[in-house]
Amino acid sequence: MGLKYNASPNVELKANKMIDSILKEYNTTPIENVTVWFKAAAVTKFPKNGGACVKYNEKQIAVFNFTREGKWYACQNLCPHKMEMVLSRGMVGEDMGTPKVACPLHKNTFSLQTGENLNGTLSAISTYPVKIEDGFVYIGFSE
Amino acid sequence: MKTVIVVGNGMVGYKFCEKFVAKETSEDYKLIVFGDEPRPAYDRVHLSEFFENQDAKALEMAPAAWYAENGIELMVNERVADINREEKTITTAKNRDFSYDYLVLATGSSAFVPPIKGVEKKGVFVYRTIEDLEGMLSYAAALKAKNPNAKAAVLGGGLLGLEAGKAVMDMGLEPHIVEFAPKLMPRQLDSRSSQVLQLKLESIGLHIHLSKATNQILGDDAIVGMEFGEDDVLDVEMLIISAGIRPRDELGKSSGLKMGVRGGIVVDHKMQTSDENIYAIGEIALYNQMIYGLVAPGYEMAAVAVDQITGKTDNIMAPEIDMSTKLKLIGVDVASFGEPFMPAAKGHSIIFENKTQHLYKRINVSLDGKRLLGGILVGDASDYSMLHQIYLNSMPIPSDPSQLILPAGDGGASFGSAMDLPDTAVVCSCEAVTKGQVCCSVKDDGNETVKAVAKATKATTGCGGCKPMVTDLVNETLKSLGKVVKERICEHFDYSRQELYDIVKMKNIQDYDELLDTHGKGNGCETCKPLAASLFASIFNETANKQDTIQDTNDRYLANIQRNGTYSVVPRVAGGEISPKQMIAMGRIAQKYDLYTKITGGQRIDMFGAKLHELPLIWEELIAEGFETGQAYGKSLRTVKSCVGSTWCRYGMDESVSFAIEIENRYKGIRSPHKFKGGVSGCIRECAEARGKDFGFIAVEGGWNIYIGGNGGATPKHALLLAEKVDKETAIKYVDRFLMYYIQTAQPLMRTAAWLDKLEGGIDYVKDVVINDCLGIVDQLDKEMQHLVDTYKCEWKEAVENPEIRAKYTHFVNSTAADENIEFVSLREQKMPAPWA
Ligand SMILES: Cc1cc2nc3c(=O)[nH]c(=O)nc-3n(C[C@H](O)[C@H](O)[C@H](O)COP(=O)(O)OP(=O)(O)OC[C@H]3O[C@@H](n4cnc5c(N)ncnc54)[C@H](O)[C@@H]3O)c2cc1C
Ligand code: SF4
Ligand code: SF4
Ligand code: FES
Repeated sequence: MGLKYNASPNVELKANKMIDSILKEYNTTPIENVTVWFKAAAVTKFPKNGGACVKYNEKQIAVFNFTREGKWYACQNLCPHKMEMVLSRGMVGEDMGTPKVACPLHKNTFSLQTGENLNGTLSAISTYPVKIEDGFVYIGFSE
Repeated sequence: MKTVIVVGNGMVGYKFCEKFVAKETSEDYKLIVFGDEPRPAYDRVHLSEFFENQDAKALEMAPAAWYAENGIELMVNERVADINREEKTITTAKNRDFSYDYLVLATGSSAFVPPIKGVEKKGVFVYRTIEDLEGMLSYAAALKAKNPNAKAAVLGGGLLGLEAGKAVMDMGLEPHIVEFAPKLMPRQLDSRSSQVLQLKLESIGLHIHLSKATNQILGDDAIVGMEFGEDDVLDVEMLIISAGIRPRDELGKSSGLKMGVRGGIVVDHKMQTSDENIYAIGEIALYNQMIYGLVAPGYEMAAVAVDQITGKTDNIMAPEIDMSTKLKLIGVDVASFGEPFMPAAKGHSIIFENKTQHLYKRINVSLDGKRLLGGILVGDASDYSMLHQIYLNSMPIPSDPSQLILPAGDGGASFGSAMDLPDTAVVCSCEAVTKGQVCCSVKDDGNETVKAVAKATKATTGCGGCKPMVTDLVNETLKSLGKVVKERICEHFDYSRQELYDIVKMKNIQDYDELLDTHGKGNGCETCKPLAASLFASIFNETANKQDTIQDTNDRYLANIQRNGTYSVVPRVAGGEISPKQMIAMGRIAQKYDLYTKITGGQRIDMFGAKLHELPLIWEELIAEGFETGQAYGKSLRTVKSCVGSTWCRYGMDESVSFAIEIENRYKGIRSPHKFKGGVSGCIRECAEARGKDFGFIAVEGGWNIYIGGNGGATPKHALLLAEKVDKETAIKYVDRFLMYYIQTAQPLMRTAAWLDKLEGGIDYVKDVVINDCLGIVDQLDKEMQHLVDTYKCEWKEAVENPEIRAKYTHFVNSTAADENIEFVSLREQKMPAPWA
């Protein structure tokens, strides 16, 4: 993805604002704050031990079916490294017991529990609770 | 309870706090910290990383909460304006008063701005704080939007100036360095090494202007140029001043502390100023009549001040401070240590220079030839840590000291192992960690990885320059304990790649989960998954479609992911031979899907900018036109490049194109530890650059010469001769065996060149294996290769014909919308991804 800065001389400001506003879209949501359980898609649509991207209004959420752990995770699809909407295409894995996703672009890894960057100092990604009911995947949002 | 007030929350001020709260007695004190900047202390040394991610948080020394958790009262954005020494109070710019028992001045320095006419103009910056960088970034982006070829200059060709030059380049502006002295880095380098550095920097695109005194900055409101002499003008639209630092000593002056003639607050070896209750540390402190503009001495000062205040008064500052430096400019190694310039009366110099490779090494040894006194390294500073340690610890040197710097193999031997250092040798100067501490951490505390040692000792967590040496120490210590430093794939598999290869093959394991359950532990990761995928492919010729979630993203989607999350599409064009009809078909399809097209270095056509959901549609059409996948996404054969050979060329000795097509079709789709490439030239003029490939054939009188282990890329390497004047069938057989042997024994992500380099016996051993069959395995190798050749399938054909596989090609699982964040701009009548600002 990209934000243009080739239109007018002061678009840099605009671009920065847009990055900010995109980032503001994503806030880690603890389960007790959930007000909406969004019905995303059938469980079968998500590959085993892999992820897929869910659209919720303007948000892009990466949802992972971590079959080996028997758990589901959700986080922003946006990688904070180069601001690309790609995390759902990343590989899931485990770092000393912490479930993680590796960005497909440069393999920065993020905890699927806390969102923190495990192999560097990038800012953390936002994570969301997931529940499975009647064969469907639900993601919890507070907005 | 006593109160300690720290003025300044920079790197050194922070280090003072960190060391202070670590003291047992710290509870007897109240610590109050004032910072002039709007945020808590951050890592100024790595300031340039801000250009990469604009992530100020990532640079923080510690988060704001850390101060509170440790009982420290931190007030940012509040400058201390005055000191009343009589009353022992300070007043802040917000007019608040606080009293102290001890005052620690850690106000650092600011960038020195020379009094040049016009420096106040817009577009002139200094390079010191995060705010400076934010200002530069938005200014540069606006400039570039108006003029994509805009130029920017850096005033000052010292350590920091060159770092700023790199930053200018990264911002996409044309970089110019303007230096007053006749050479770059005048304080650290001699003239010859400066020249070598200059050549190197020019080769990567920096423009260098030496012996230039800037008279004035031109422009009405914003800078448009710099004027040196009357007709000597440089047009630039932005300027970063990096002309040295000036201590922020206002408080010392106004309160009457003893000052240096050229600024700085005078301290003694206890870091005490002329007032016994006031200490000064870091870039404000004038010690030995010098301001030390580096963090390591600043940290040492912080440690001394903490000890002095808390009553451990025997810790004093060392009389001599080491100013050795290694420049962390990316792409250029520069280091100087000890005494870089050596007056002939004091010692001898040994100089090695190779301008063609931008290499310069100089060491200075004592007159008796027994001690290393200093030196300079440009172009290759890999020996820096070792040389620096030899110098610091006065270690013995070889009787022929030139061995210390001569390239290995040219009579030079790599001298000295990190284990020879005395235990007291400080290997990490940022955190003052000694060799003894690193080794003990491994031996006594059971930390068996560099990561664990770093966590326990803090070594490598500062500038990171000591990482190679610490890694060596950890590995060597482990070895000395009888623990094999195993090449282990990752925390999930306690095997090397080769061991796992054998396991998969012998036990016929075809499924990742089964492999992990039976021979690994945990849940896998991004290292072992693609590695296992590559083994399944190399052994069973399984395509990437079968276990797609263990593949790297490129293999998972059978396309190369690009900067903006779109993909590129590359059909195979064996040997680079393409018919007009095929070109028309490809052109039509590229046009239909609005793809950017470019000829690759491997003689085929790359189509960029396909969105995920378009991939199967595009491939369906390509396959209908008779194309097949080019596997550009895989760690597998890329292309076999060829010249036209005897079919057209008047010099050609044989048909290089026919051979290239045959061989490309033979090896296509074969997965290997890394990508591999081939080349075929019709004669020794070598137009196909076959010797720059993993395998190459060159037609000569009487047959083909075979070369292996060549490489372009970051470390280019010419391929070595495997056999001479053999016929085509023999040539293919030898390369079959060589490739199979490589696939079985190489480490992950190791190209053939590196593999050959590491292989004991090198090329002669490969000859023994594949020609003389010294291991008795050639029949096996032949069979295995033939199996791979016989079972080739086009993965894309498999994918488009299977609705289940096709289903994964959507951006969203719950919507058919495309990713609206993907944006393109136009470029020379095609498109490119819109850049991030
Ligand atoms: C781009 C760059 C790259 C560098 N690279 C290296 C390197 O590779 N290796 C190396 O060793 N060094 C390097 N340095 C130098 C290193 O950053 C400094 O030596 C170090 O930051 C000095 O620490 P300090 O705490 O003394 O000063 P500073 O980090 O400057 O901190 C002083 C702080 O005090 C505040 N302050 C000043 N006056 C007041 C007041 N009256 N009241 C309240 N607060 C006040 C300032 O705002 C500032 O935040 C680099 C510097 C820069 C700018
Ligand atoms: S390598 Fe020889 S045969 Fe091939 S194009 Fe060049 S000159 Fe002609
Ligand atoms: S050299 Fe290769 S990796 Fe580097 S920018 Fe070009 S295509 Fe990308
Ligand atoms: S964009 Fe995710 S790691 Fe670089």
